[in-house]
Amino acid sequence: MKTVFLGVLATAGLAAGVAGAATLDDVKARGSLNCGVSTGLVGFAAPDADGVWEGFDVGVCRAVATAVLGDPDAVTFVPTTGQTRFTALASGEIDMLARNTTWTFSRDVDLKFEFVGVNYYDGQGFMAPRELGVSSAKELDGATVCIQTGTTTELNLADFFRVNSISYEPVPIETNAEALQQLLAGACDVYTTDASGLAASRATFENASDWVILPEIISKEPLGPLVRHGDNEWADVVRWSLNTLIAAEELGVTSENVAELAAAPTNNPEINRMLGTEGELGAMLGLEASWAADIIAAVGNYSELFESNIGESTPIGLARGLNAQWTDGGLLYTPPFR
Amino acid sequence: MSDTNAQSVSFVRDKMLPESAPPTLERGVVKWIRENLFSSILNSVLTLGSIYVIYWIVAHLYPWLANSVWYASSLNECREIRDATVGPGVPSACFAVITDRWEQLLFGFYPNDAYWRPVMALVAFLAAIAPVLFVSLPRKLLWFSAASPFVMFSLLWGGSIWGPITLAVGFGVGYAAFVLLGRVAGALVSVLGSIIAPVLFWMFLAGPIAGALTAVAPIGLPFVESRSFGGFTLSVIIGVSGIVLSMPLGILLALGRQSDLFIINKVSVAFIEVIRGVPLIVWLFTAQLILGYFLPPGTTFDLTLRVIIMVTLFSSAYIAEVVRGGLAALPKGQYEGADSLGLDYWQSMRLIILPQALKISIPGIVNTFIGLFKDTTLVVFIGLFDPIGLSNAIRASTDWNGIYWELFVFIGLLFFIFCYSMGRYSLFLERKLQRENR
Repeated sequence: MKTVFLGVLATAGLAAGVAGAATLDDVKARGSLNCGVSTGLVGFAAPDADGVWEGFDVGVCRAVATAVLGDPDAVTFVPTTGQTRFTALASGEIDMLARNTTWTFSRDVDLKFEFVGVNYYDGQGFMAPRELGVSSAKELDGATVCIQTGTTTELNLADFFRVNSISYEPVPIETNAEALQQLLAGACDVYTTDASGLAASRATFENASDWVILPEIISKEPLGPLVRHGDNEWADVVRWSLNTLIAAEELGVTSENVAELAAAPTNNPEINRMLGTEGELGAMLGLEASWAADIIAAVGNYSELFESNIGESTPIGLARGLNAQWTDGGLLYTPPFR
Repeated sequence: MSDTNAQSVSFVRDKMLPESAPPTLERGVVKWIRENLFSSILNSVLTLGSIYVIYWIVAHLYPWLANSVWYASSLNECREIRDATVGPGVPSACFAVITDRWEQLLFGFYPNDAYWRPVMALVAFLAAIAPVLFVSLPRKLLWFSAASPFVMFSLLWGGSIWGPITLAVGFGVGYAAFVLLGRVAGALVSVLGSIIAPVLFWMFLAGPIAGALTAVAPIGLPFVESRSFGGFTLSVIIGVSGIVLSMPLGILLALGRQSDLFIINKVSVAFIEVIRGVPLIVWLFTAQLILGYFLPPGTTFDLTLRVIIMVTLFSSAYIAEVVRGGLAALPKGQYEGADSLGLDYWQSMRLIILPQALKISIPGIVNTFIGLFKDTTLVVFIGLFDPIGLSNAIRASTDWNGIYWELFVFIGLLFFIFCYSMGRYSLFLERKLQRENR
């Protein structure tokens, strides 16, 4: 039985299996984008009761699918864990990875990936019960710290405590949910993970005001989508799909007014170039002229995506902070559409 | 009676007293309690201690369960309902998450309107396994058992029915080759032919034939890709495929390890020791990660299938060792008796050795199967949505973020039902075979 299946599938695989480096052509031929996402991270990627994926990272996948295929639902979401994500991308199982992955030197250079931008600027923080009476992470000498194993947060934590010459006792845990149980049960004094995750977790506590998120952010965590090295055309498509989201907010294009703005050239030439009523930016990428307008119509601009998934109107309630436009004192800054 | 004491004894009873009830301390509940719970100081202390522990557990669990909320759309709503009914701060389970997501926990992302397909596949499996498990059923039903893997495949994955049918025809080709070559050539040639012929058939003929038949008569259910499989359906598919496929493979490996043929013996030993010497999670990572590099880029060799193969190989190594234990436990006389009857190797194994060896191995085999079924939850680490993986995904929705125990209670209950049934069946089988043996 086993050998039968192996034989049948191996032959089927060999027959079907000549694939080139041109990911864009592959995706068009396949009619669906294979997008690697998290197996579940509040606000960033999660399936709803009907199995439809939702979230901030999911929005990036949908934007790219809309740009290439004109359909935000033409995505096959491939759930990946922290251990399997890079192999899935390197082996070609997925076309792009949008899984709250921190852009680091070694991932970019050594693992041979191409980070195309940053869709969320995060940083590692601490959450402690108010009754512990600490107001700064530097007062945490001797504290027991709950920490997820196998992530960069573990290394950041060690660095932080070493730099400040204070001691701590790590309590290794596997998942966020487990960490919260430990924290609620008092098994650890303080929990450390990305600040967005802390805020999302704090919002689920019955008495959220009994918990404080300490002011120190001890690491830089620029999270962004990434693709494989060596296919620059595809990297451009993903990069400019992300830039479209950000630029649309800056230029005031929303899912509501995009149809109107894309119908005829406006007074703003940059909007015209982006929405395809002027110039041929879409053709340069190998896409339809209306690619950017389609993205905004389907998933909205950066601000809409942010507010509907993780913004202050949601239970997670994240403020824009670093993720505001550069004109508002944040770090979002796209190169011009020219 | 003599007259010696007639003067000194004023009264002598000359009939029996009616039996009186034993003293309260020596009968009924009181006696049982004294004998079983408080027979000595040590036992009394242990009893009181145990009662306290039980009380402590019940006192903590009962309010949580009794105040549970079953209908709400989010954890916050659960808490609001609880505050309104029993008051704030009272422990209360929020089983609304189960009411909201039970279909997902059972079927994963399988299309909503096709939930009947996994259910029917399970029914088909139970119907197919019944004649194997209970010998009192008519033997004709075994034909359905043989066809059931293809029926279940068609139900679960759908697509054109001609694919599974040509796959099944391949087995018929193998059997035909075995019979025909057996007539003209020796046993070895017919065995080799029965392996090579169907492989050639599947490699070169099955695809075009199935394609042509599909083009002529496109019959079949809508195709559902493996990625949609999840929840308990996925666990059962992986577990049941692993169990069913590893049993014959394990028996062959056990026989191979006992064999006098040098290569078969060494290959079996090496296979068993290598597979058994490495943790299952490593094999799963191999299936997920390493195979991806060896296959040509762009080829997607179905992940669920890779996992089923790995789980089958892993469990077959364990089954082989359990069966080998059964084979070793048989007295040498049984082997010699079979030989003296003039039976060839396969006949002696089939008629004399294996029925006895397998009977001895039943508890070990079922134990391995129960372990295998629970081990399927390890697939969460390679990104498949088994019930544990789904519990993480459900917690990642903003509605249910913060839910913890309720999901585990539900998942634990489902697994318990399955594993307990398997355990009971094993006991039933042991008792039945014992009686026949007497």
